[in-house]
Amino acid sequence: MQLTVWTYEGPPHVGAMRVATGMDGLHYVLHAPQGDTYADLLFTMIERRDRRPPVTYTTFSARDLGGDTAELFKNAAQKAYDRFQPQAMLVGASCTGSLIQDDPGGLARALDLPIPVVAVDLPAYQRKENWGAAETFYQLVRALAGPSAPAPGIPRPQRAAGVRARCNLLGPTALGFRHRDDIVEITSLLAKLGIDVNVTAPMGATPTDIARLGEADFNVVLYPEIAGQAASWLQRTFGQSFTKTVPIGVSATREFVEEVAKLAGVDASATLATDATRLPWYSRSVDSTYLTGKRVFIFGDATHAVAAARIASDELGFKVVGLGTYSREFGREIREAAKRYDVEPLITDDYLEVEAKVAELQPELVLGTQMERHIAKRLGVPCAVISAPVHVQDFPARYAPQMGFEGANVIFDTWVHPLMMGLEEHLLAMFKDDFEFKDGAVPSHLGAGHSAPVADRPVQVSVLASNIAAVWAADAEKELHKIPFFVRGKARRNTERFANENGVATITIETLYDAKAHYAR
Amino acid sequence: MNVHVQGCQVAADVAPKSIRRESGQREVFCGLTGIVWLHRKIQDAFFLVVGSRTCAHLIQSAAGVMIFAEPRFATAIMEEKDLAGLTDANDELDRIVAQLIARRPDIRLLFLVGSCPSEVIKLDLSRAALRLSQKFSPAVRILNYSGSGIETTFTQGEDACLASLVPAAPPNGTSEDQLLIVGSLADVVEDQFIRLFDALGIGAVQFLPPRNSAALPEIGPNTKFLLAQPFLADTARALEDRGAVRLAAPFPLGVEGTTAWLRAAADAFGVAPASFETVTGPHRIRAERALVRYRDQLGGRRIFLFPDSQLEIPLARFLSRELSMQLVEVGTPYLHREHLAEELRLLPDDVVLSEGQDVDLQLDRCRAARPDLVVCGLGLANPLEAEGITTKWSIELVFTPIQGYEQAADLAELFARPLVRRAKLVA
Repeated sequence: MQLTVWTYEGPPHVGAMRVATGMDGLHYVLHAPQGDTYADLLFTMIERRDRRPPVTYTTFSARDLGGDTAELFKNAAQKAYDRFQPQAMLVGASCTGSLIQDDPGGLARALDLPIPVVAVDLPAYQRKENWGAAETFYQLVRALAGPSAPAPGIPRPQRAAGVRARCNLLGPTALGFRHRDDIVEITSLLAKLGIDVNVTAPMGATPTDIARLGEADFNVVLYPEIAGQAASWLQRTFGQSFTKTVPIGVSATREFVEEVAKLAGVDASATLATDATRLPWYSRSVDSTYLTGKRVFIFGDATHAVAAARIASDELGFKVVGLGTYSREFGREIREAAKRYDVEPLITDDYLEVEAKVAELQPELVLGTQMERHIAKRLGVPCAVISAPVHVQDFPARYAPQMGFEGANVIFDTWVHPLMMGLEEHLLAMFKDDFEFKDGAVPSHLGAGHSAPVADRPVQVSVLASNIAAVWAADAEKELHKIPFFVRGKARRNTERFANENGVATITIETLYDAKAHYAR
Repeated sequence: MNVHVQGCQVAADVAPKSIRRESGQREVFCGLTGIVWLHRKIQDAFFLVVGSRTCAHLIQSAAGVMIFAEPRFATAIMEEKDLAGLTDANDELDRIVAQLIARRPDIRLLFLVGSCPSEVIKLDLSRAALRLSQKFSPAVRILNYSGSGIETTFTQGEDACLASLVPAAPPNGTSEDQLLIVGSLADVVEDQFIRLFDALGIGAVQFLPPRNSAALPEIGPNTKFLLAQPFLADTARALEDRGAVRLAAPFPLGVEGTTAWLRAAADAFGVAPASFETVTGPHRIRAERALVRYRDQLGGRRIFLFPDSQLEIPLARFLSRELSMQLVEVGTPYLHREHLAEELRLLPDDVVLSEGQDVDLQLDRCRAARPDLVVCGLGLANPLEAEGITTKWSIELVFTPIQGYEQAADLAELFARPLVRRAKLVA
């Protein structure tokens, strides 16, 4: 058993729902008890979907358990077919459904429906949402595209001269972080390069569309967490190469353009020569000087976290002080990236552990999920959301992709907006006793209530952590309070460590500045 | 409005209303959802769900991911190895509880909450609660109940929770009759009722659940109890098993319901009619005045209630009798005939009631009827709005103070707002 307060990912059948809900013409029959229908509201409320997810729940109850739950499943599946007339059906069980071992796949086959029925067996007590989405998408692709696979050993036919290259966009689902807008952005980027999109899947695809995935020349994997497995199978089966670069950030987008251009055999130089994004100039403009070395903590799914670290470090000049993911399946990617920034990778799905890490590191900006938004709010640290899980405000009315050149513009604005502006930060540091510039003052353009003022909590954490022997003299303590609140905890910790290491019993103003000079080196 | 409802009369004279019973897909929460408000109500209690990742995800989604400083609920998520052997599962549970209590020394009452998977694998949480109580008593009292979807619907989780508290409550300390109000109410509503009962001279009123687990009510043959919520079948039975007597009454929604509810207590405690009139009269008049503008907005409008919280029947009575709305269909997940006898009697004779749900069939009926307003859960609201049907989220009726005189107009406003909003929007 695992004690869990908040979870980053739902159970795997919610991943399957994200695939099914993103698609058209597919219906998912889920063997599940009453209550599991809560998952519908994720889509209708958080994503504001205007239709119910295409999911039928068998809704068995305790008294059914003594009777025939298998018959209940068959009835539900038959009724769902009759009512919704889907092109294909997905069948499976939720966590409780799987315990009663009714074999939804076998039961559905026994109905002999005139459509493909794909059974997905998701181990609810081992796996989680993203894994469930990946497995479901893979099973759908195998079942629906498999019949048109060429015989093994037959090479992929050459594209005829003069025919534009075609690719599939793989990975976007319902409830994904900005998937809706990433598709638009990447489709238009590919169009500029002279590449057509054959099928985007699962989002917006029908089962018939999935069946013709093999017609594309190659695959673009937008979200490896969801599409990686399906893309590998398509490569083995249809000889389709797939992209490895996820186009989040300016450098990654440029690399992505080069990668797809090579796969499609087109010339990318015109696209690469245009100034398609403002991020590089905004970042170079002198106003952005104050961004230099801002300490940033990053946590999310692996793809978005790794991309965010690269943008933060290379494109905005921040300092990455923490990097982590809740996607254990992608721990390797995070560990590699963490090495580049010389930080300890944090691979956990324990919300409390993440909170403790943020409190300990005292970053000046947190880039995370909606969970980190709450952590940051509590600790009084500015925050921007970069990854699922997300909440209703992360499905904005406006066009706001994360990918491609426009995505880079969106990221610049979103990450810089919560921060204190350059001159304001200086003034705050200079005039500590200004009655309007109180401790924990929020950036003036955000107004009161945007970010709760910091409690002295980070400081307390550091006091506990440092095991002090040295005692603070009153004037030194007062001087410490003249240091901006967001770095004060670190200053306190460093000073205490310096004092302890040097056998200083009482920390004076001199000790404070000695330590400052020591750690500045 | 001045309806007198006899205290002890039972369902004998209720017009037999036709009820459509349905089974099929139910678009309702399971009983775990009650934790969202119960953990705020009982301020030193912690709710540990023994379940799956789905349970954890459900509560966090139902709570709209309200991240409190640190919530007083959590899930012990079962893993593959817990399913393999129950001995291991019990050991694991003991470990988790020890970890939790060490982490939260402020907790005085811990509920082990059963879920669908824990029920299906027959993990005996009552034995676990007993075992752990011995270990952690007297610092922490450990109780258990089931909020599983295979046994409970949404608000039935509160019923199961309160029923588990009854055996833990002390016996009556006096020979005087004592009034007990049963069912979670907003603190502000409780305080209003305390003032009213005090003015009626009924004396110290007790509440279940209490705001603090140390203040469990005294229960025994001297206890007369009023249900403040219509979904408390098991709790009522547990109270009756200890000799307590239920005062039959409609529920305190709207002016009429509140008056009849208070009157049931007043009659049982021998309050003189004139005195009842003096105490409640001004409140009633004020509340009726506040309702007038909503009757203008809602009168004659057709409303369809999907099953959700079991509040549907009292709400329908209020909407029909005090706001002159027309009831198209009144769905309820479960109908307790006895507890709702006084309510059913006040509904129009031709009302269409449905119990249980086959959501697709019910949506067909709803679309065909084209009501002016639909009360439904969060999974259905936006899809219906997209079809041009105005909706009211039913969960708001559970999370908002709606009982009592001072809230009667607030309750009406909840139904008026979606219609006002739709009329305002031109784009």
